[in-house]
Amino acid sequence: MKILVCISQVPDTTTKIAFSDNDTRFVSQGVTYIINPYDEWYALVRALELKEAGLATAVHMVTVGKADAEPVIRKALALGGDEAIRIDADSNDTYLVAAQIAEYAKTVGYDLVLCGKESIDYNNGSVGAMIAELLDMNYLGFAAKLDIAGGVATVVREIEGGEETDTAALPLVISCQKGMAEARIPNMRGIMAARTRPLKVVAPANIAALTTIVSYEMPPAKTGVKMVSADNMDELVSLLHNQAKVI
Amino acid sequence: MSVLVLVEHTQGVFKKKSLEAIQYAAHIARDMGTTVTAVATGNVAAAEMQSLGAYGANKVLHTTDARLDNFNSRAYTKVMVAAAQKESAKVIVGLHDTVGKAVSPRLAARLNAGLVAGAVGYPDLSKGFVVKKNVFSGKAFANINITSDVKVITLMPNTFAVVKGEGSATVENLDVALSDADFSVKVVSVSKATGDVPLSEAELVVSGGRGMKGPENWHVLEALAKELGAATACSRPVADSHWRPHNEHVGQTGGTIRPNLYIAVGISGAIQHLAGVNGSKTIVVINKDPEAPFFKAADYGVLGDAMEVIPRLTEAVKKYKAAQ
Ligand SMILES: Cc1cc2nc3c(=O)[nH]c(=O)nc-3n(C[C@H](O)[C@H](O)[C@H](O)COP(=O)(O)OP(=O)(O)OC[C@H]3O[C@@H](n4cnc5c(N)ncnc54)[C@H](O)[C@@H]3O)c2cc1C
Ligand SMILES: Nc1ncnc2c1ncn2[C@@H]1O[C@H](COP(=O)(O)O)[C@@H](O)[C@H]1O
Repeated sequence: MKILVCISQVPDTTTKIAFSDNDTRFVSQGVTYIINPYDEWYALVRALELKEAGLATAVHMVTVGKADAEPVIRKALALGGDEAIRIDADSNDTYLVAAQIAEYAKTVGYDLVLCGKESIDYNNGSVGAMIAELLDMNYLGFAAKLDIAGGVATVVREIEGGEETDTAALPLVISCQKGMAEARIPNMRGIMAARTRPLKVVAPANIAALTTIVSYEMPPAKTGVKMVSADNMDELVSLLHNQAKVI
Repeated sequence: MSVLVLVEHTQGVFKKKSLEAIQYAAHIARDMGTTVTAVATGNVAAAEMQSLGAYGANKVLHTTDARLDNFNSRAYTKVMVAAAQKESAKVIVGLHDTVGKAVSPRLAARLNAGLVAGAVGYPDLSKGFVVKKNVFSGKAFANINITSDVKVITLMPNTFAVVKGEGSATVENLDVALSDADFSVKVVSVSKATGDVPLSEAELVVSGGRGMKGPENWHVLEALAKELGAATACSRPVADSHWRPHNEHVGQTGGTIRPNLYIAVGISGAIQHLAGVNGSKTIVVINKDPEAPFFKAADYGVLGDAMEVIPRLTEAVKKYKAAQ
């Protein structure tokens, strides 16, 4: 069983977000980039566990991005895995990202494609399902558990207001979230090994983006908190009713 | 040319967020000079489908294949493709929920359509087809132009208030050829919390953090939630310590919610927590530490001990409701 893990590079959550050029560009100077937490803690670590358990023969990881995405995919390599691939394309349009990954996946033939439930920068939660359609595979979103036996996956996943257990034969695309695995910290040996391991750079397929980012906006600033005395909860209720109009 | 919407129901009653999606589609259809067609699956009465007219649907395409009762993204995508072809749809609206996040991207890929996932505004047609969405986990918005001929949008639930109008929709049968291969995912079991409002849909949410001290104190929060008709949520350490179930955990690594009212009790307001809740319309913070960062993100704040403040608030809500 060959597994492909989709790795997205994102700004660290604590980053202060800023835009330039009339709010048309995200300011990346000074930003610390990390592996999207869902991709790292859940998708990648679970893939590595499946390999350690002798169920997977190879774990590959792929990122769609320009050269500046390399440090992050190297970080992923430090956790383990057999091969890292960077598809040399811009990653601003969901369709473009998914289609690039799908084209590459076709050349190798993976039994399992794992991605995160969403990227914490663009919050789309869309790439996985798109890859599934482009590869004509089943898609199971929001998986919190994944086991594999005899070519069949058993997945526990979040649905509205609860959870569901599904079984499906491979090949499959799964988006991963909390519950899947425990986060790992790369050790020194992994970090050293990742330095020398090759990073495969693949030329992008000829695919056009279907969206463009026109501009960014900051949300309106909160006008400041109105403090209410702990002894006067009637006032709070009245503010919520008359002023905020939420009850 | 109509605007297409996939609608969801619970045991034959359309969900409020689906009515919101229809209303949203109707706004787009008005701007484009066209009509709205809703697509419904499964067992729903004709009168319920006709009633979607009051929210702006002109027509409902109904497909009854019983296998669709278990959600499956492949089969649902086929249904939507068939509907899109029948209606020559150029714009297709879904919800940014577990169903929409699985179907809409598949549909977009199939139709070679650009996708904006998690829209929080109406498309601006004056400069193309520009849709606003949340980015950076609620820290900013992006305005995205969809440049393809067919366009797919998922709407963030609870973005617009639902207003019932007049009108009745016509209902038509939609035949879709589905094969067993479209249903090759087998659902082994489903466990749902019954009776409660699902957190992702709740308009009011009461949430507790480590400041609640232990699971034995949660009945106080639950009493407030019950009085308000609110769902309950929690911070990550609370779920990690098994004080509360994991599906209640909100934040960067948990759920993202946008209720009208979020009451945070004994939660410090770490940035990773805020990432899941800062889309809430009104935030109330109850904390005993005046320096708690959450106060900076709050609309209303109460400085005090949770175990004293919450019962008083519950009483005040009770009094208010009795006076209504
Ligand atoms: C990568 C990453 C991802 C994370 N993801 C998430 C996430 O998704 N969701 C999340 O919530 N956290 C997340 N965290 C953790 C986050 O950084 C905080 O540690 C966490 O939110 C703190 O939880 P808390 O506010 O409940 O607890 P604390 O930080 O311990 O705060 C408790 C608060 O309760 C107050 N308090 C104490 N006693 C009382 C009392 N009697 N009455 C009233 N107030 C009282 C205190 O003043 C304090 O403000 C993440 C962290 C990292 C590094
Ligand atoms: N540029 C990218 N390269 C590789 N994988 C990606 C990229 N962007 C997103 N993904 C994967 O798709 C998942 C969902 O991302 P999104 O649809 O952008 O929210 C992420 O968790 C990643 O696993």
